[in-house]
Amino acid sequence: MRRASVGLKMIMAASGGLLVAFLFVHMLGNLKIFVGAEAFDHYAHWLRTIGNPVLPNEWYLWIQRAVLTVAVVAHIWSAAVLTIRARKARPVRYAHRPKVRGSYAARTMRWGGVIVLLFIIWHILDLTTRTVNPVSDTTQAYAAVTQDFAPSRWWVTAFYVLAMVLIGFHLRHGLWSALQTLGVSNARRQRALKAAALVVSVVISGGFLIVPLGVTFGLVG
Amino acid sequence: MKLKLRIWRQNGPQDAGSMVPYDLDDVSPDMSFLEMLDVLNERLTLDGQEPVAFDHDCREGICGMCSLVINGTPHGPQKATTTCQLHMRHFSDGETIDIEPWRARAFPVVKDLVVDRGAFDRIIQAGGYISAPTGSAPDAHAVPVPKPDADEAFEAATCIGCGACVAACPNGSGMLFTAAKITHLGLMPQGQPERDSRVLGMVHQHDEEGFGGCTNTGECTAVCPKGIPLAAISRLNADFRHALKASS
Amino acid sequence: MEFYTDGEPIRDTKAPEGPIAERWDTRRFSAKLVNPANKRKLTVIVVGTGLAGGSAAATLGELGYHVKSYCYQDSPRRAHSIAAQGGINAAKNYRNDGDSIHRLFYDTVKGGDFRSRESNVHRLAQISVEIIDQCVAQGVPFAREYGGLLDTRSFGGAQVSRTFYARGQTGQQLLLGAYQALERQIAAGTVEMNTRHEMLELIVSDGKARGIVVRDLVTGEITTEYADAVVLASGGYGNVFFLSTNAKGCNVTASWRAHRKGALFANPCYTQIHPTCIPVSGDHQSKLTLMSESLRNDGRVWVPKAKGDQRNPAEIPEDERDYYLERIYPAFGNLVPRDIASRAAKNVCDEGRGVGPGGLGVYLDFADAIRRLGQAAVEEKYGNLFEMYQRITGEDPYATPMRIYPAVHYTMGGLWVDYDLQSTIPGLFVVGEANFSDHGANRLGASALMQGLADGYFVLPSTIGDYLAAGPFPKLDAEHPDVVAARRQVEDRITRLLAIDGDRTVDSFHRELGHIMWEYCGMERTDEGLRKAISLIRDLKDEFWRRVKVPGEGEGLNQALERAGRVADFFELAELMCIDALHRTESCGGHFRAESQDADGEAQRDDEHFSYVAAWEWGGGDRPVLHKEDLVFEYVHPSTRSYK
Repeated sequence: MRRASVGLKMIMAASGGLLVAFLFVHMLGNLKIFVGAEAFDHYAHWLRTIGNPVLPNEWYLWIQRAVLTVAVVAHIWSAAVLTIRARKARPVRYAHRPKVRGSYAARTMRWGGVIVLLFIIWHILDLTTRTVNPVSDTTQAYAAVTQDFAPSRWWVTAFYVLAMVLIGFHLRHGLWSALQTLGVSNARRQRALKAAALVVSVVISGGFLIVPLGVTFGLVG
Repeated sequence: MKLKLRIWRQNGPQDAGSMVPYDLDDVSPDMSFLEMLDVLNERLTLDGQEPVAFDHDCREGICGMCSLVINGTPHGPQKATTTCQLHMRHFSDGETIDIEPWRARAFPVVKDLVVDRGAFDRIIQAGGYISAPTGSAPDAHAVPVPKPDADEAFEAATCIGCGACVAACPNGSGMLFTAAKITHLGLMPQGQPERDSRVLGMVHQHDEEGFGGCTNTGECTAVCPKGIPLAAISRLNADFRHALKASS
Repeated sequence: MEFYTDGEPIRDTKAPEGPIAERWDTRRFSAKLVNPANKRKLTVIVVGTGLAGGSAAATLGELGYHVKSYCYQDSPRRAHSIAAQGGINAAKNYRNDGDSIHRLFYDTVKGGDFRSRESNVHRLAQISVEIIDQCVAQGVPFAREYGGLLDTRSFGGAQVSRTFYARGQTGQQLLLGAYQALERQIAAGTVEMNTRHEMLELIVSDGKARGIVVRDLVTGEITTEYADAVVLASGGYGNVFFLSTNAKGCNVTASWRAHRKGALFANPCYTQIHPTCIPVSGDHQSKLTLMSESLRNDGRVWVPKAKGDQRNPAEIPEDERDYYLERIYPAFGNLVPRDIASRAAKNVCDEGRGVGPGGLGVYLDFADAIRRLGQAAVEEKYGNLFEMYQRITGEDPYATPMRIYPAVHYTMGGLWVDYDLQSTIPGLFVVGEANFSDHGANRLGASALMQGLADGYFVLPSTIGDYLAAGPFPKLDAEHPDVVAARRQVEDRITRLLAIDGDRTVDSFHRELGHIMWEYCGMERTDEGLRKAISLIRDLKDEFWRRVKVPGEGEGLNQALERAGRVADFFELAELMCIDALHRTESCGGHFRAESQDADGEAQRDDEHFSYVAAWEWGGGDRPVLHKEDLVFEYVHPSTRSYK
C-alpha cells in the first residue's frame, strides 16, 4: 500500500519541527561570540562534554548528529516522494503558465530546500570539519569564525547571508505549513499562526546573520 | 469587442492535442464567457469545422460542470466566480485569451476542454456520506446542532465539486475538495460515528486516484469559486491524525 | 377539434378510497411486497439523478434491488435540482403557528388553482415531515437558530413559517445529501452508475417497460439496457422556451420518447413563469438567472408612469413612478404569488413602460429598504444575490434599482401517473418534475424540492414493489424484435440528423422555437396566437429536418448531435403544449387565457368545464388523443383566489 499523502506530510512536519528546534538552540549558542573569544571557545568545548560523566566526550554530540541526520533524511525523503507524486499528478503542463498567487516562500520550498541542503554541506565542511576553513584546529572555534568571515573573505559572508535569507523563507512557509499539517491551524487562528511563523523565522535567520555580519563589519574580534 | 483566442483542441484521450488560434469579432461585453464560446461554435459549425467541446450545464454557478483554465487561472480572472458567471466585460478589446482544460492525471482529457472528473465521485464513495438509510431517521429536532457548527458545516458544504482546486494546485492535489466534505460531515453530530473511517477512506482514495499531496500553497482556495478556506485542510489533517491514533 | 381527437376518459385506479388521511396507509398495506431474497434479482433502471432520481436510486439500492442509474452530466451531483434556491416546505409545525398536514395540503391544492389530485397532495403533505428528518439524518446543514434547532421562514402563498432552508442553496444541500446516499450505494455495489449517458428510447416489450436505449456521450456507443421496471426522473421541459432558468442540458427527450411509446402526457401547457429573473441583455443570451423570490420581501417593484421614459431611474421623481403591484393589489402588494406578479410585469411592459434594453424589465428597488434598515442589514440579508446580480449585469444594485423580468422556471405538466407514480405503460414509473401529479396548474414556492424527495425517498420505493412482486420478468436480449426495433429507431434518427448537413445550426432553431413559445404560449395565451404558433412550429420543424447542420459524427463526444436530438423532441412537445393550451379555454394557475379573465383582468377558472387533467395520447405525429381524468374535490372546496 502506498503511504498516505497526509501521513508523509506529517513526517515532513515533525522532522521539520525537530530541525527548527535545533536551529533555534544553535542560533542562541552562536550569540555567545559577542561575549568574547574565551566564552565562545568555552561554550564550544562544553558542547563536547555534555553528558559527562555518564557519557564519554562527544557522545552527546554524536547522538544529536544521528538524530538530526535521521530527521534530515526523513524530511528529504517525504519531500521527494511528495514531489514525485506531484509531478506525476500533472503530466501535461499548462501552455499559459499560471501567475503566482501563493506566497514566494510557498512556491520555492523545493528549490529552497535543495539550496539549504547544499548550504548545510558547505557549513559542515566549513565550521565542523574545517575542510574549507582557514583555521583547521577544531578547538579554536572563535578564531575559525572570525577568520572565516573576515572582510577579505566577504564572499563567504555573502554566501551565508543568502543562505540565511533562503532558510528564513523556507522556515516561514515550512513552520506555518507544519502547523496546518498537524491540524493545529483553523480559520480563526490562521492569521496569528502565519504571523508567529514569520516572527520565528525572522528571529532565527536574523540571529544567525548578525554573527557573520558582525565579524565582517568589525563588531566582533 | 475583438478577441484572439487560443484554445486547446484534442480529439480524444489518446490524441496529442495543441493550442489552436481563432479570431473572434462581435463579442459583446455583456456576454458570459460561455456565451462567447457559443458564438465561436456557431461560426465554426457554419464554416464546416468541428465546434469546441466544453462542459457546462446550469450556467448560474452552482452545478460545478464548467471548467476552463483561462489565461492560466481556473475559472478566469474574477475572484469567487465560475466560468459561466464570468462576463466578457472583464477582458479588453483585442486581448489574447488562452483557454485550456483542467490539467491533472486524475482528470484525463475526454475531448478538447472536457475532462473526466469521476475521481471526485470515487472519493465520495470512499466515505463522503453519513449512513442513514431512508426511513431510519429520528425526528429532525432530536439532535440540536450549535449554530456556529451548522454554519461552518454549511460553508464547507457549498463546494460545487468543479475541480478548480486541483487545476490550480502546483501539486495537482484534490485535498481542498476532500477536506470540504470532511469538514462538512465532521462538524455535524450525525457525522461523528463514521468520522475516523471517513477521513482514512477518503484520503486513501484521493491518493489512489493519482492526485498529488497538499503543500499548503493556498492556490486552491485562491481560485475556489465558493471560497472554501484552507483551514478545511487543517481540519482534515487533524481528523486524519486522530483517526490514525484511534486505529493503532 | 381540428387539432386533436377525444378519447376515453381515464381514471386513477390505484388511488385508495376512504378518509384522506388514511389513504396512503391503506395503499401501502394493500400493495404487494417483494420477498427480500428476490429483490436483488430484480433490476430497476432510473434515468436522472436529481432530487427524485437520486433519492429513488439510493433508496431502491438500500432496499436491495439491483439499480442501474443514468445521467447525461459527468456526475450525478450536477443534476439541476442543485440550483434550487429558496427552501423546502414541511408541515412540522415547529413554530407552533397553526401549521398542520392538513394546512399544507390545503395551501398546495389552493395554490395549484384546484387542478391537482387531493389524494396525491395529501400524501405529499404527510411525507413532507419525514423528508426533513431524513435529510437532517444525512447531515444536510440546514439553517439553524442559536438554540441549535432548525430555522424556518415563510414563503409565497403561505401564512405559516414552514419553509426549511440552507441559505440560498437549499437545492444544492438536499441534492448533495441524496447524491452522497447514492454514492454510498454505488460503493456498496447495489447501484451501477452510468454518467454521461443519455436515454434515447424506451424499450417496451409485451406491453411492459423493459429497458432503455442509451447513448454513451463520450464514445457515441449505443447500447440497450434491460430491467424489470424503468423509472424516469428526467426533470421538466422548460427549455422548450430556449431561454429559461433551467440548465442548458435539461430536456424532454426521455419523457417524450416514453410518450411516443404510449405514456400519456398530462397538462403540458401548465408552465410556471417566475417573476424575479435577470432580464435578457441581448441576442447572445443563452440562459436566464433567477433571483430568489425572497427579494420581494424588501424590494419595491415599479416602472415609470410615462411610456418610453428613458431617464435614469434616480432622476425619476417619486410621483412619476408607478408602484403597480402595491397599487393593484393593496393587500398583498409586492408579495402576490408568482403567476400574478409575472403577468403584471408583462402588462406594464406591453404598455410600453418597461425599462432597460428592449423595454423588457421592471425595477426592483431597495432604496427604501436601505434607508429603513441601513445598507449593512440589506447586505446581510441579500448580499450574495446582489453580488450575483452585479456579476451578471455589471450594475450595482445598492446604487441603482435592479431590473427584473419574468422567466420560465418550472413545468407542472408531465407524464401522467397514477397514485403509484406508474404511467400508462406498465412498469414505467415517473417521479419528480417529470410527472404531473402534485402541483396542479401552479406550484407554490419550496414545493418542488418537497415533491421530488417525497417521490424518490418514500412514495416510489413503497409502490414499485407492488408491480415488481410479479417479476422477475422473462429475460430480454439484443436479438429480441422489440429491442432491435428500439435500437434501430435510435440509430436511424442519429444517421438522419447527421445526414442533413444543412446551413442552420441547432441553436438557431432552438432559439426561434423559444421565441414562438414565449410569444404565443408564454405568460398570456390567446386562441388566435396559439393557432398561429402551431402553424409556425410545424413549419419550423419541417425546416429543421431539411436545413439543420450537425457537424461531426456519431462516434465520440458530439455536443451538437446531443442538442439536435433534444431540439427535435422539443418541436413535437411544443406543438402539444399549444394544442393543450388552445383546448383549455379557461385561465388557471400558470395558464392564462386572455379570453378568460374577469372585469379586473384577473384569471378566471371554469370549473364546470375544465376540472380535469388533460392526458394526451401520442397521435402518431397526427392529431393527439385527449383523455380526461376528472378531478374530485371532497376536502378543499374550489374557490376563486384573490390577493387584493
